[in-house]
Amino acid sequence: MALRDIHGAEIDTLLARYAQRRSAVLPLLYIAQDTYGHLTDDAVREVAEIIGMPATDVFEVVGFYSLYYTKPMGKWVLQVCDDVPCCFCGAEELITALEQALGLRAHGETTRDGMFTLERVKCVAACNKAPVLQANLDYIYNLTADKADELLNELRRRADSGEQLSVSGRAATV
Amino acid sequence: MPPLTEHIVLRDLDIPNIRDFDVYLQHGGYEAFRSAVTEKTPAEIIGMVKDAGLRGRGGAGFPTGVKWGFLPKDVFPRYLLCNCDESEPGTFNNHQIIDRNPHQLIEGIALSAYAVECHTAYIYIRGEFAAAARTLDAAIQNAYAKGFLGKNILGTGYDLDVFVHRGAGAYICGEETALMESLEGKIGQPRLKPPFPAVAGLYAKPTIINNVETLANVPMIIGKGVQWYRQFGTEKSPGTKAFSLSGHVNNPGNYELPFGLPLRELIYAPEYGGGMRGDRPVKIVIPGGASAPWLTADKLDITLDYEGVAAAGSMLGSGAVIVLDETVSAVELAYKMDEFFKHESCGKCTPCREGTWYLTKVLHRVSTGHGHANDIPLLHDVYNQMAGNCFCLLGESAVSPIRSALKLFPEEFEAAIRNGTPRQAPRLAIPLVAVAAD
Repeated sequence: MALRDIHGAEIDTLLARYAQRRSAVLPLLYIAQDTYGHLTDDAVREVAEIIGMPATDVFEVVGFYSLYYTKPMGKWVLQVCDDVPCCFCGAEELITALEQALGLRAHGETTRDGMFTLERVKCVAACNKAPVLQANLDYIYNLTADKADELLNELRRRADSGEQLSVSGRAATV
Repeated sequence: MPPLTEHIVLRDLDIPNIRDFDVYLQHGGYEAFRSAVTEKTPAEIIGMVKDAGLRGRGGAGFPTGVKWGFLPKDVFPRYLLCNCDESEPGTFNNHQIIDRNPHQLIEGIALSAYAVECHTAYIYIRGEFAAAARTLDAAIQNAYAKGFLGKNILGTGYDLDVFVHRGAGAYICGEETALMESLEGKIGQPRLKPPFPAVAGLYAKPTIINNVETLANVPMIIGKGVQWYRQFGTEKSPGTKAFSLSGHVNNPGNYELPFGLPLRELIYAPEYGGGMRGDRPVKIVIPGGASAPWLTADKLDITLDYEGVAAAGSMLGSGAVIVLDETVSAVELAYKMDEFFKHESCGKCTPCREGTWYLTKVLHRVSTGHGHANDIPLLHDVYNQMAGNCFCLLGESAVSPIRSALKLFPEEFEAAIRNGTPRQAPRLAIPLVAVAAD
């Protein structure tokens, strides 16, 4: 199934918002990413085709922004803020706890069961609730290291229950 | 100074559930906009914003009404952009405004769009604010349903569309010209100025770009009047500022204060910061976001307004106040701050792209106890080559942490290099279970 067949109406709505079609490239890439799991070369070319912009330009965009993924990711992408002030308020301890629990390094590695990807990220604008992480761009606030296991169990349970998940944050809630 | 009896921007603290459209309407929501489009001319709105002395809250502090006046006459279409690409370390008030008081922002955008005579406005929101983007989408739908947005608004013949545009993870897109590049579907690299956005911005059309907090002020200025607004703050900095207080204080959070409150009060007053964690002394205060020069504990009596902070050699910037205690090493803080700028450098100009890389590399080895004997002069050399030579403010900002650290705490750098002992214990070994092949 092509993007147009599944999300045609949404794509047309997005394209109509701008005086130039290529302005819709960021939202369309999110749609492609959720549809295919990550941005394969074919997915990127398909977005270029829909918009009518050179594929090279879309590849350039994909490479520039940090929320586009060109390799398979876990069902949950965990992005821990390691910036100031989080790093002085327990973020390093949290990262260590998550690395220990998942058995990987927080450099974008994914667990073998495909459940979690763990990354360090820069400030996510929730410094008053440090340490903080985003799970598929949903905020988890005041997450001290001792609460890491509990969170992982909860996220695993939600994924196993068949909840619709979006690594692009298109399902994020407050 | 007593706490504000009434908030201007963080009105969620006064009115529970103001994030609900009905509650917002019950408390006078959209009355300012209604009165503007039915009774006032765009020029009158601009005049009121000018008279109120509203200054841009995104960091530069430029007078908003004056900015709006830069638009060339009779050139259309024009665009209004709301900059919600928050944040740099320590900045988080836009997040609260959108989460808890989104309709006031939408009304502010509608009012400002009417004032600058534009018919399309975009809210550029950072990609990580996925939930906040949905909140805004819903708030915009509410406004359309009641006829506050769309065609022929309230029967006046004025049309306005507002769209949310989600970025995808790039701090540089908060730079206004990079934001417009990104909105045009390109990578977010800044443009050369001039031409300034007011002359040639989005799609090379006249464009006004304002921060979330700035725009959220507008409904209160138009609704309650210039006199009312100017009762808060100082002569040169009227109104309030939503300060984002974070770090080692007991009660981190957003506190909306009139300009002019002493820094000490923000940190120690029970209704604000509530003092330092564990009663430790303050070591470093970064008063205006990552790019602001650092202050030490002897500067706590400065007042929090643009002039007061500038007089102490720093800047109020975005009002992000990070307070750190003596458990933090200046070397490590400089490293973490410059790591941020390195990560977010767009790569367009060499001083920033290479300079942040060098700074981070050298600071990392010094902070982990592997510093070289000549690293201090090397650091001075690198940031001096960056200062004044970067294409945009991101690179210039990266100079600030390292320059502050070397100026205020040279002995920590010397000790770190001389002693050569890692400050932190080595990381625990990672058990090799279930690592996927890359």
